[in-house]
Amino acid sequence: MSQTATDPRHLRTPPKRQIRLTWADERVRAIVWQVLIVGAVIGVIWWLVRNTQHNLEVRRIATGFGFLNREAGLPIGEHLIEYTPASTYLRALTVGVLNTLKVAVVGIVLATTLGTVIGIARLSKNWLLSKIAAVYVELIRDVPLLLQLLFWYTILQGLPGPRQALNPVAGVFLSNRGLKLPFLDWQVAHSWALLAFVAGCFATWLYAKAMRRKQMQDGRPRPIWPAALGLLVGLPLVVWSLGGAPTAIDWPELRGFNFRGGMTISPEYFALLIGLTTYTAGFIAEIVRAGILAVPHGQWEAAQALGLRSSTVLRQIVLPQALRVIVPPMTSQYLNLTKNSSLAVAIGYQDIVSIANTTLNQTGQAIEGIAIIMAVYLTISLSISFFMNWYNSRIALVER
Amino acid sequence: MTMQPLRRTTFGLLGAVAITALGALPAAAQAPAAGGASILDAIKARGTLVCGVNTGLAGFAQPDSQGVWRGFDVEYCRAISAAIFGDPNKVRYVPTTAQSRFTALQSGEVDVLARNTTWTLSRDTSLGLDFGGVNFYDGQGFMVKTSTGVKTAKELNGATICVQPGTTTEQNLTDWARANNVQFTPVVIERLEELVSAYASGRCDAYTTDVSGLAATRSSQPNPAEHTILPDVISKEPLGPLLRHGDQRFADLVRWVHYALVAAEEFGITQANVAQMAANDTRPEVQRMLGKNGGLGQMLGVPNEWAVNVIRATGNYGEIFARHLQPIGIQRGPNALWTTPGGQQYAMPFR
Repeated sequence: MSQTATDPRHLRTPPKRQIRLTWADERVRAIVWQVLIVGAVIGVIWWLVRNTQHNLEVRRIATGFGFLNREAGLPIGEHLIEYTPASTYLRALTVGVLNTLKVAVVGIVLATTLGTVIGIARLSKNWLLSKIAAVYVELIRDVPLLLQLLFWYTILQGLPGPRQALNPVAGVFLSNRGLKLPFLDWQVAHSWALLAFVAGCFATWLYAKAMRRKQMQDGRPRPIWPAALGLLVGLPLVVWSLGGAPTAIDWPELRGFNFRGGMTISPEYFALLIGLTTYTAGFIAEIVRAGILAVPHGQWEAAQALGLRSSTVLRQIVLPQALRVIVPPMTSQYLNLTKNSSLAVAIGYQDIVSIANTTLNQTGQAIEGIAIIMAVYLTISLSISFFMNWYNSRIALVER
Repeated sequence: MTMQPLRRTTFGLLGAVAITALGALPAAAQAPAAGGASILDAIKARGTLVCGVNTGLAGFAQPDSQGVWRGFDVEYCRAISAAIFGDPNKVRYVPTTAQSRFTALQSGEVDVLARNTTWTLSRDTSLGLDFGGVNFYDGQGFMVKTSTGVKTAKELNGATICVQPGTTTEQNLTDWARANNVQFTPVVIERLEELVSAYASGRCDAYTTDVSGLAATRSSQPNPAEHTILPDVISKEPLGPLLRHGDQRFADLVRWVHYALVAAEEFGITQANVAQMAANDTRPEVQRMLGKNGGLGQMLGVPNEWAVNVIRATGNYGEIFARHLQPIGIQRGPNALWTTPGGQQYAMPFR
């Protein structure tokens, strides 16, 4: 706080230069060009908007988002929220967004898991394992995704019809109508239990953080699994019991043309999920491999010299350092997977692109339809980027 | 300071580009207005008609083994070309999907859409499009595998149904299901080949589209007898050539090409006898239609012998129907001439 410590050199301000209004002045030129360019960009955008408006008017094509409140009348096979053809276009599009998220989120989790396993397998000392991983990566990476999706979809269509469905375990049916599984007859108590589980996850995370802080103070590790078990399993069980412990299960059974009841994983969803997961996993495997190889070998040797087991070395020493290399390109892969999910149109999974395409065709409002698709992907992609950048800055090298 | 020269050149270059763009603005702004004025004149100046057709539907529009487009809709493209140029081959065919067709027409990529398009009020108004008459009265139906034993559409309760998105078919299906309390699971695939393969492989119990489309699909299956088209027709599907707003003269021409084809059948004018009829027939309306007198062609903005050229190129409506649709099992039904019972094809008077 003392004034005396100030370095006198910092007090000197650079001499002020007079701006002269002449082309010879570098700063004047820079400002003129920048104003011109910004003006040009705004001008082009303004012209495009005006031109579009004019042409729409001349051709008497309806504009605006009023159609969102009209009845859609579209059939949608898979919906996470209540939907009937009497619902509005807005509802139909929401169903589409949720379907996109359903495949993107599950796909990202599965692709990350599979990709990490394959990436590590490729570095394995086991010759066969590493070669299998290498062949997988080369094969998957080099075939266009659309072909892979059509391949998986065709394979799933080759399954027997519902009357000859494969029935490996009681209640589980695999046919060309998809995979049918028995599922809980969903009650309010189940929703509460699910909510309790989510709350338990959060509490466990807080607990683990607190325990870690204590370990940093006195160096003694504290087990977190007893508390985690209580919060993740005990708490939902208690809530479920309080709700009357409903145990009824909805078994699928063949009635008429199709199975009724139970949970369905449709061939369209399944083909898309397998295709996206295996394809993206090929790229993720290479990123993981690169990340691990980027950790200097000395780190392995130093850790082994301390007597740590090789699994501990990988988990505690190598992976945290590898993550710094892995996370930034991984963000791109997550974005790719999400955007590639729009190939769903080809195999009939009704994601946002499929439903928005139908909407724009029924209403004829192509500009609005495309704008909605772009806004949805932009929002999802920016959210992923935002989260991954936050995560990246958290695990970035902290220099002490 | 080493960055400075680079920055200066970059700015200079961008500035130059921006100025060029700005300079080009007024000229570009005029273009759409001028282009939208007369589609017919634009076609004549270009020397070809750009015709939007189906990506491949047996009987309606499909390239043959030599890559030549053939079918009922294709004949309409040829007929319009013959009316304008006297030559049916001055057509460039643009395959369009159910979803790309309206945008292709609105944006001017194609001049006319001859592509199994249903005439509805909202399409006629809010899309900025016009229909040039009804050249095929159709209705939506269902096709099932004969082995399922289904006899009527109402037995389809609980079934999985394959349907193409973005068409009236999809909405008719839901309307019908709601009205009849039928529950169904949709499988919605845009590409026709994928959709038909999903039906054929048993992913769906039934496939729904216009009856004409069902007949076309059935005829192209390895064993057509394995598939049955149910008797129920759940909608009215008047199909016709589609045009964009802006040039009434071209719309008139397309409409009257269709009437010429129908009238020719009514008058007994065929591809074979059209030259002789044009020279010798004494009926006044035939003489007017075939351009011997009356100057009707001039009124449409095309040569007076336009109808002769059209019929010489494609034959009359009945001949086109017999050539392309009867082989795939579609009967005349409502598309017979109005002079036969149940027929609805009716040409306005040539006067």
